[in-house]
Amino acid sequence: MGSTEQERVWEEAQASPEFQALKRKFRNFAFPLTVAFLVWYFAYVLLTAFARPWVSQEVVPHINIAFILGVLQFVTTFLIAWLYERHSSKHLDDASEALKSKVEKELGL
Amino acid sequence: MNVSSTTLSSILFVSFVAITLLVVWRASRSTKKASDFYDGGASFSGFQNGLAIAGDYMSAASFLGIAGTIALFGYDGFLYSIGFLVAWLVALLLIAEPLRNSGRFTMGDVLAFRMRQRPVRTASAVSTIIVSIFYLLAQMVGAGALVSLLLGITDPATKNLIIVGVGILMILYVTIGGMKGTTYVQIIKAFLLMIGAALLTLLVLAHFHFNVAELLGAAAENSGKKDAFLQPGLKFGKDVFQADGVTLDAAKTLFSRLDLISLGLALVLGTAGLPHILIRFYTVPNSKAARKSVNWAIGNIGVFYLMTIALGFGAAALVSRTTLFRGYKVNDAGCVIDKEGNQIGDACTTLDHLKDLSPDLKKALVPIDPSGNVAAPQLAQFLGGGEGTVGGAIMLAIIGAIAFATILAVVAGLTLASSSSLAHDLYANVIKRGKATPESEVRVAKIAAIVIGLVAIVLAIGAQTLNVAFLVAIAFAIAASGNLPAVLYTMFWKRFNTRGAVWAIYGGLAAALILLAFGPNVSGFETSFFKLSEIGTRWDYFPLANPGIVSIPLGFLFGWLGTITSNEKNTAKYAELEVRSLTGAAIGKAVQH
Repeated sequence: MGSTEQERVWEEAQASPEFQALKRKFRNFAFPLTVAFLVWYFAYVLLTAFARPWVSQEVVPHINIAFILGVLQFVTTFLIAWLYERHSSKHLDDASEALKSKVEKELGL
Repeated sequence: MNVSSTTLSSILFVSFVAITLLVVWRASRSTKKASDFYDGGASFSGFQNGLAIAGDYMSAASFLGIAGTIALFGYDGFLYSIGFLVAWLVALLLIAEPLRNSGRFTMGDVLAFRMRQRPVRTASAVSTIIVSIFYLLAQMVGAGALVSLLLGITDPATKNLIIVGVGILMILYVTIGGMKGTTYVQIIKAFLLMIGAALLTLLVLAHFHFNVAELLGAAAENSGKKDAFLQPGLKFGKDVFQADGVTLDAAKTLFSRLDLISLGLALVLGTAGLPHILIRFYTVPNSKAARKSVNWAIGNIGVFYLMTIALGFGAAALVSRTTLFRGYKVNDAGCVIDKEGNQIGDACTTLDHLKDLSPDLKKALVPIDPSGNVAAPQLAQFLGGGEGTVGGAIMLAIIGAIAFATILAVVAGLTLASSSSLAHDLYANVIKRGKATPESEVRVAKIAAIVIGLVAIVLAIGAQTLNVAFLVAIAFAIAASGNLPAVLYTMFWKRFNTRGAVWAIYGGLAAALILLAFGPNVSGFETSFFKLSEIGTRWDYFPLANPGIVSIPLGFLFGWLGTITSNEKNTAKYAELEVRSLTGAAIGKAVQH
């Protein structure tokens, strides 16, 4: 298969409604989640830098807001990883597998 | 450390080396294709690779360094753990799967996918090698320091010998075992490190009746800093006062706070631009396994960093600060002295009578080792029964050997990343223009591993006075400023082109290095590389120790500017990259140019 034909296969695959749907499903989930965790992480860093009296308040003896916020960063990281895994295996894996087979067949692989 | 634990530590460490060398040798015998050198046959499972990623990532800096920082500065050490973990979400959500789907062996594979090969591959190789060398230096300098601390060796010749030994071992791992062997070494190390940390954590928690508040309270009390120990501000973003010592210097305090934010940025954005981490995603067969490996890595790394909290605060609570600092400087008469070498107080105070000093005078004490790097081993010794007991010696030996195994696994990963890039990007694609045979490529990679190993040995011997955390920070800052913008643009921005990629990499790299060179790490202070008192001049025009807050946006800006000032477009190749990256079609097949 010549390289122009291959190019055609890739461009057609890219333009196909199935691929566009897959791309949308991936981006609409991954991009907002990325923005969300970055905002939450930097909110935490900014608070520890500029709101020290507030984060230094103890909720129970020896455990202050800063400590709780820090542990919550761990919790949200685990949570986001789990959410993304669930989203991918539910909504992305099958669609991407189907497209992969289709494209590879057209390429003669 | 007394003789028995030194002997035991050496026995444990030699067994680790013997077992890993055997595993590496067996891995080399099961290697089929020449290209297995790069990706280990792409046949590891998500779980195996997740452990290997954790083994590649959790360096001695994170095991000894973070525990030590928490032990001495309390809460602020925690900021490192959080940044190093949250960073993995960038890799999970944006990088790991598309990278696995569209590349084969190196970071350059993905960056050059739709670009002109030679300029982009050259830039990618330059950046890979610079980042890896800085990281490698940090680990090797750390190895020398660790051994001298654990075994009580102060003789420089023996320290150099240790660095040479580490260098030779990493060269052996990489040249014999390639990616497959290195992966097994990292899996074994991750396993040992998790077990060791879990054991210490359990013992610490049991000591405080599994009550975290009690642990924190005891740490705050024993540190002498009271509640401030549990609050941010003892190490990062400190308040800076004017000459009178009372009035806040607003500008300097702001810079100090910005430095904290800048460090946070580099930590969270650097990880996904570290070449030795990126190439780990190629060792699994498909994107689903790449995703699973990141999830396993997040689980391992997250639990490990949670345990560093217990280790750090445990050391603060149970080990005296004098021990954590490994004592204070004294004069010939055994009296404690200040920075200038003058006796502290009117009468002579020996180390046994420190509590006679007033709090004001105590501030003048000069720690022998201000890094706290031995906090975790010291904690282990205490939990085993204390100095001079058999239990203490055994625990100290185990943790010391694990720390050493940790260093070996990380340096092997770094040597592999840089030799792969030298062979695959520079030799095969730039010099031979893609016409090298796989066999000659791998031969070059092995020679490159030897050369890089030797260069690292020589540099590390010369760089022993450099601060380990500083070297790691440089690697993270460069990775976040140059590599990450280029990788993100190439995946997600259709218009991105050759000039954009080259400008992003060199621009981000240069910005980070120049700002570091004109920052407080290099000149202007007693803690700088060029000590103010020794050279009498300074050029620290950039006030932040961490350049990320400026250099990372600059990397993105250069990438954008390069792109829009060039007419090159590559729509067809972007179609291929986009489809490949999301579906994994034609995975592992070379790209036609």
